[in-house]
Amino acid sequence: MAEAHPSRSEPPPASTIGAFGWLRRNLFSSPFNIALTVLALYLLYLAVPPLLRWALLDATWSGDSREACRANGGACWVFIRVNFEQFIYGFYPEAQRWRVNTALLLLILGAAPLFARAVPVKFKARLGLGLLVIYPLIAFVLFKGGLFGLRVVDTSRWGGLLLTLVIAGVGMTAALPLGVLLALGRRSRMPAIQTLCVTFIELWRGVPLITVLFMSSVMLPLFLPAGMNFDKLLRALIGVTLFQSAYMAEVVRGGLQAIPKGQFEAAAALGLGYWKTMALIVLPQALKLVIPGIVNTFIALFKDTSLVLIIGLFDLMNIVHNATTNPAWLGFSTEGYVFAATVYWLFCFGMSRYSQNLEKRLHTGHKR
Amino acid sequence: MNEPSPAPLSEQEMIRMEKVHKWYGAFHVLKDINLIVRKGERIVVCGPSGSGKSTAIRCINRLEEYQRGRIVVDGHELGNDVKQIEQIRREVGMVFQHFNLFPHLTVLENCVLAPIWVRKLPRRQAEDIAMQYLERVKIPEQAGKYPGQLSGGQQQRVAIARSLCMNPKIMLFDEPTSALDPEMIKEVLETMVTLAEDGMTMICVTHEMGFAKTVAHRVIFMDGGEIIEENTPEEFFTHPRSDRTQLFLSQILHN
Ligand SMILES: Nc1ncnc2c1ncn2[C@@H]1O[C@H](COP(=O)(O)OP(=O)(O)OP(=O)(O)O)[C@@H](O)[C@H]1O
Ligand SMILES: [Mg+2]
Repeated sequence: MAEAHPSRSEPPPASTIGAFGWLRRNLFSSPFNIALTVLALYLLYLAVPPLLRWALLDATWSGDSREACRANGGACWVFIRVNFEQFIYGFYPEAQRWRVNTALLLLILGAAPLFARAVPVKFKARLGLGLLVIYPLIAFVLFKGGLFGLRVVDTSRWGGLLLTLVIAGVGMTAALPLGVLLALGRRSRMPAIQTLCVTFIELWRGVPLITVLFMSSVMLPLFLPAGMNFDKLLRALIGVTLFQSAYMAEVVRGGLQAIPKGQFEAAAALGLGYWKTMALIVLPQALKLVIPGIVNTFIALFKDTSLVLIIGLFDLMNIVHNATTNPAWLGFSTEGYVFAATVYWLFCFGMSRYSQNLEKRLHTGHKR
Repeated sequence: MNEPSPAPLSEQEMIRMEKVHKWYGAFHVLKDINLIVRKGERIVVCGPSGSGKSTAIRCINRLEEYQRGRIVVDGHELGNDVKQIEQIRREVGMVFQHFNLFPHLTVLENCVLAPIWVRKLPRRQAEDIAMQYLERVKIPEQAGKYPGQLSGGQQQRVAIARSLCMNPKIMLFDEPTSALDPEMIKEVLETMVTLAEDGMTMICVTHEMGFAKTVAHRVIFMDGGEIIEENTPEEFFTHPRSDRTQLFLSQILHN
């Protein structure tokens, strides 16, 4: 006869907890896993030390010409240091670069409360909307000049990371609302609006961005009256925005479809109209659901900005490329591209982490 | 309390459905529905699954369209004008089988949303009213929680409070207890009884026959999209007129 033991909680077996347990579970749980672990270690051994040697140990950090880099076989970070300002500002006149810095500072100061946890949501919403409307104007005036005695700096001189951020920033802030409207339109019960939105979305999704950019710079001028000059950057901005808004629309539509019919009915039964239902009930839930998809589109957009090089804009990618073809610095393209890749990666990784954080924070518990 | 309150009901009509027909495609869901509900009257609607009970009461706040007939709510005939429909929905509260609370908002926010955005009340006042109703449904302490953190019974009581915050003239209930465990059914029914005692005009789709007996002025039995029988609760349960009603009652009372 089974004896009833007094239930006493015991610690789990030592082999299943702690670092040792983790290793055992994840890396050495079967012969196949052991083989994979060993193989992975070997590959790391092959790749990491040479990489470290090249990037750090044997690298040259000081000096101001290529001569400094002759000595050791590692990376020549001098190339990046010397061209750094250009990578950031492009051909923006040196004397005017304070304007760019001011705009950036304003953005950081303005947006900081949005990321602070202590700030009430309502204030954040107002601030965010205010920034969305006012900041682009301020930044535009600062960058472009022509007002308040600021010297005009033509958009063709904007470049480097500055230009990348301008295109990405404008693209993101415009593509999201536009995508939301398109998604709502696609689900509209009015046939005209629905057809219009479906056509728009399918049209833009069906062509590569590179084609869009080409057409904007090569074909558009053919249709415009002679002498009418349409800013190249503006064309790129419109192209990128419309293109990405089509993708955004499909992401958002996925979220809209996941909202149960009961939510619409409850809102309707309370007397809420279409726009209030969408703005207060449906979109907050739908957008929260598709944060990963939205950020995915944002990341794609950020990287796609590098395609503007084909219409002759000097974004980060193009300006790095340009510097590597400089006769004084031939042979350092690896350093250049590693630098560019690192910058892109930092921004994209930052976005990804922020979105994960946001998702966690917005989780109101158990869904139903 | 067993008798429908003897006080003479006001003659004022709150709801009038006249020869209402509805089709889903070729399927005739509602067949010639006629119903008059006066102010303060409490109607219980029952009938087998698929008989069109939900569809019928959802026509009253125009969650469903109907193809023929007319419905007048509080003196306004339902038309196709969106603004007018929204106007009528403000006066008609609705409680759903699956609560349909807004999961991204706290209990209090659920309650103040429509008063603020539809009735344009100042937030402070809307919150005061909401707390009053949350107290009435006996869960003021849950105001800061999210719906997902509450039990089913609590959620349904929040849903009732949310509707009441709009100060409706009519309340519609569509099987408010059928998604709940037995011990929670009681708390929700009690809430509904207090509403009834306050003289709210109510239409309840429910199979809670105890509730029907104690609270309803009239019981309506639907089957196959028609109103088969309309009777006082005593008559309905003791001397049902039609065979179908008898069959339904015997089924429902035997389990
Ligand atoms: N959107 C729809 N399209 C087609 N048929 C529908 C739709 N909604 C409901 N029906 C049908 O209409 C009939 C009435 O449905 P309704 O929901 O009103 O029934 P009910 O009496 O409320 O049933 P229950 O007790 O199961 O809730 C059912 O036969 C159902 O299949
Ligand atoms: Mg039903």
